[in-house]
Amino acid sequence: MKHVGLNVAADPLYTMSYIGVKGGFVCAVADDPGMHSSQNEQDSRHHAIGAKVPMLEPSDSEECTQFTKLAYELSEKYDTPVLLRLSTRISHSRSLVELGQREERETVKYEKDVMKNVMMPAMARPRHVHVEKRMAELAQWAEGCEINKIEYYSKKRGFICAGTTYNYAREAFGEDASYLKLGMVNPLPVNIIKDFASHVDELYVVEELDSVIEDHCLKNGIKVVGKQIFSMLGEFSQATVKAAVDGTHDQCIEYPEQIPARPPVLCAGCPHRGFYYAIKQFSPYVSGDIGCYTLGASAPLSGVDACICMGASVSALHGYNKALGIESKNSLAVIGDSTFIHSGITGLIDIVYNKGFSTVVVLDNSITGMTGHQNNPANGKTIRGDVTTAVDIEALGRAIGINRITVVDPFDVENVRKVVKEEMECGEVSLIISRRPCALLKGIKHPAPLKVSDKCIGCKMCLNCGCPAISVKKDENGKNRAFIDSNQCLGCGVCTYACKLGAIER
Amino acid sequence: MVKSILIVGVGGQGTLLSSKIMGAVFTDLGYDVKVSEVHGMSQRGGSVVTYVKYGDKVFSPVIEKGQADILISFEQLEAARWMSYLKPDGILITNTQKIDPMPVISGKAEYPCNIIEKISNAGIKTICADALSIAENAGLAKAVNMALLGMAASFMHIDKQIWIDKILSTVPEKTKETNIKAFEEGYSKASE
Repeated sequence: MKHVGLNVAADPLYTMSYIGVKGGFVCAVADDPGMHSSQNEQDSRHHAIGAKVPMLEPSDSEECTQFTKLAYELSEKYDTPVLLRLSTRISHSRSLVELGQREERETVKYEKDVMKNVMMPAMARPRHVHVEKRMAELAQWAEGCEINKIEYYSKKRGFICAGTTYNYAREAFGEDASYLKLGMVNPLPVNIIKDFASHVDELYVVEELDSVIEDHCLKNGIKVVGKQIFSMLGEFSQATVKAAVDGTHDQCIEYPEQIPARPPVLCAGCPHRGFYYAIKQFSPYVSGDIGCYTLGASAPLSGVDACICMGASVSALHGYNKALGIESKNSLAVIGDSTFIHSGITGLIDIVYNKGFSTVVVLDNSITGMTGHQNNPANGKTIRGDVTTAVDIEALGRAIGINRITVVDPFDVENVRKVVKEEMECGEVSLIISRRPCALLKGIKHPAPLKVSDKCIGCKMCLNCGCPAISVKKDENGKNRAFIDSNQCLGCGVCTYACKLGAIER
Repeated sequence: MVKSILIVGVGGQGTLLSSKIMGAVFTDLGYDVKVSEVHGMSQRGGSVVTYVKYGDKVFSPVIEKGQADILISFEQLEAARWMSYLKPDGILITNTQKIDPMPVISGKAEYPCNIIEKISNAGIKTICADALSIAENAGLAKAVNMALLGMAASFMHIDKQIWIDKILSTVPEKTKETNIKAFEEGYSKASE
C-alpha cells in the first residue's frame, strides 16, 4: 500500500502489534518523497515506531525479494507484524533479481486463544508486556544482523543510509567514503552506529523525509550531520547528496528559454470532462477526492475546491454544508466509483443520518483509473478479472435511505446541468451517478473523431473544455481556427456544447 | 563504467515499452541494469520520464542533470525540457513531433519555435527525425517508440539483430512486422 493507505490500516496495525501472528504478517508500504502522485509526504517510519513493529528497508529489487523473505521469518520468530518500507523510487524501479526456490508451508490450523486474540483490556495488558519485550529483543537482533552492514573504504567521511539513499551516497562518493547501510530502520541499533562513528572522521546521516535516524543518533550521544544540510523535502538523488556534502554539481547545458509546463490532464474522451464542463456554469463549491478526476481541479475546468484523502469529498461536504447551512446548497461532492466503495459510503450514511441536504456525485467510470485500471467491487470483476457480483450503487443509496437518486450520462451535458441544478436546489440529500466507462478501457467503441467546419471563427470557446485534442492555431490565411487532432479525439462530443456556432461536427 | 539513457515523452506515447526492451537487451548482454520510471498522476498527457542505466554495477536508478549519455525524446518540447540532463558531450535522439501541452492549448503559453535548432546551437549533438511519419509509413502510428528505439540503437554498438530479436519476443504477434519495420527505418535514418 501507499503511505496514506497505511493511515487507513493504522487502526488494525496498532492492535495487531499486540495480537501478533500465527503465520507470517508482512505489510509493504511505499512512501512518496517528492510527491510524484500523492497528497502529502509523510514518513511511514513513524507508524513503525508508533505501532511498535519492526521495519525493514530494501534498496533495490533484489533486496525487496530477500528482505520480504526475512520479514516473514522475523514475523514468525518474534510474533509480530513486520513493515517493509519502500519508496516511489524503489517501487517504480526494476533491477536484477536472483530467484530462489518457493517453500511450501502447510496452513496453520486455527486454535482458539482468547488471551492472544481478544484485545479487551484484561488481555491487552499482558500483550503490551509482550510487545515491549519483543522490541527489546529485536533491538538486540538489529546490532548483529546481516542487513545492517558496514562497508569501509576511505574513512574520511562516513554515511549512515537506508534504502534508496544508500545508492545515492554510494554513487556520489564511491570508495572515497565508508557506509553504514541500515536494512532495519525500526528498531535502530546503537552499538553498530557508535562503532562506525568511531572509525570515520566526518559522519553524515542521509535519509529522505524526516530525521528519524538522525534523532536516534543524537539521543544516543552520537554526533552526526543530517538535516542541517539534507532537506526534509522531496526525493534525493546522487546529485542532491553530493551537492549537500561538498557543493559540487555535474556540468550541463540548459535550454536557453523558458519552457511551458506539461501538467497531467484528463484524457481526450474522458467521461469526467463532460461532468466538469457541465457544472462549470453553476460555479458550485466542489468537494473533491482522490482519483483521475482530481485533475478536474486544473484550468480551464477549475472544478474542484478541495481534495484531502480518499472518501473525504463526502464527509468534508457534509461539514461544509453543516457549518454554512442551507445557504451553501450550491455545492456537491465528486468521488469515483472505486473511492466511493473504499470510504465514500460511510460519509454518505453520516449525511443521511444527520439530516443533511448535500448532493453527492459518484463519477462511475467502471474502473480504478489513475492507479492503472484495477477492477473494483462496483464493476463486476475481481482484481484478477474474473466475473463477480457488482455492488449496485443505486440500490446501496436507496438502502441507506436516500430518496433522490439519478443516473446521468456525462456526455449528455444539457441533462447533467438540468439534474445537478435540480438536486442542488432540492434541499434534501441526493445521489447522482454520472456513469460512463473510462475512455481507455479495452473494448469500448468510440464514435469517429470530430471535425471543425468553416463556421469556426477562432473564438476559442471550445478550449474551455480543456481537451488535449483541441487547439486553436492560425490557418493558411493567418486566421485563428480550431483544430482537432484526429489521433487523439475519441468523438465524445463535449466540445460541441462549448461551440456556440455549431462549428464542430460529427 | 555505467551508461545512462534517459527516455522522455508524453504519457501515452509508449516510452515504457522502449525502456522495457532496452532493459531486457542489456540484461541479456550480462550487464547490471536498473530501469526506473515515474508517470505521475495521469494515464495520458503529462510529461513522463524513464531512466535506464547499465554497467558492471549500477547503484542509483536515477539520472540527474549532466549525467545522461543518451537522451531519447518522443516530442520536441520534452527534448528542450530534459536536455540539461545530458552530459555536455551526450547525444540527443529526438522526434520532431509536437504535442501541445495544456498551457499552450489554453493560451497561457506559447509553444517555443525552432527548438531543435536551439538545442543544436547550444552545442548538443542532435539526431532528429519525424518518428510519427516513420511509424505511420510502417503501418502503425503507435510504433513511434520502435522508430526512436531504432535511431538510438544505431549509436549503442550492439548487434542490430539482438535488438530485433528482443522486439520480436516482446511485442504482440500482429504488430511484429510493423514494429520491426519502424525500428529498421529509424535505425537507418539515424545512421545516414
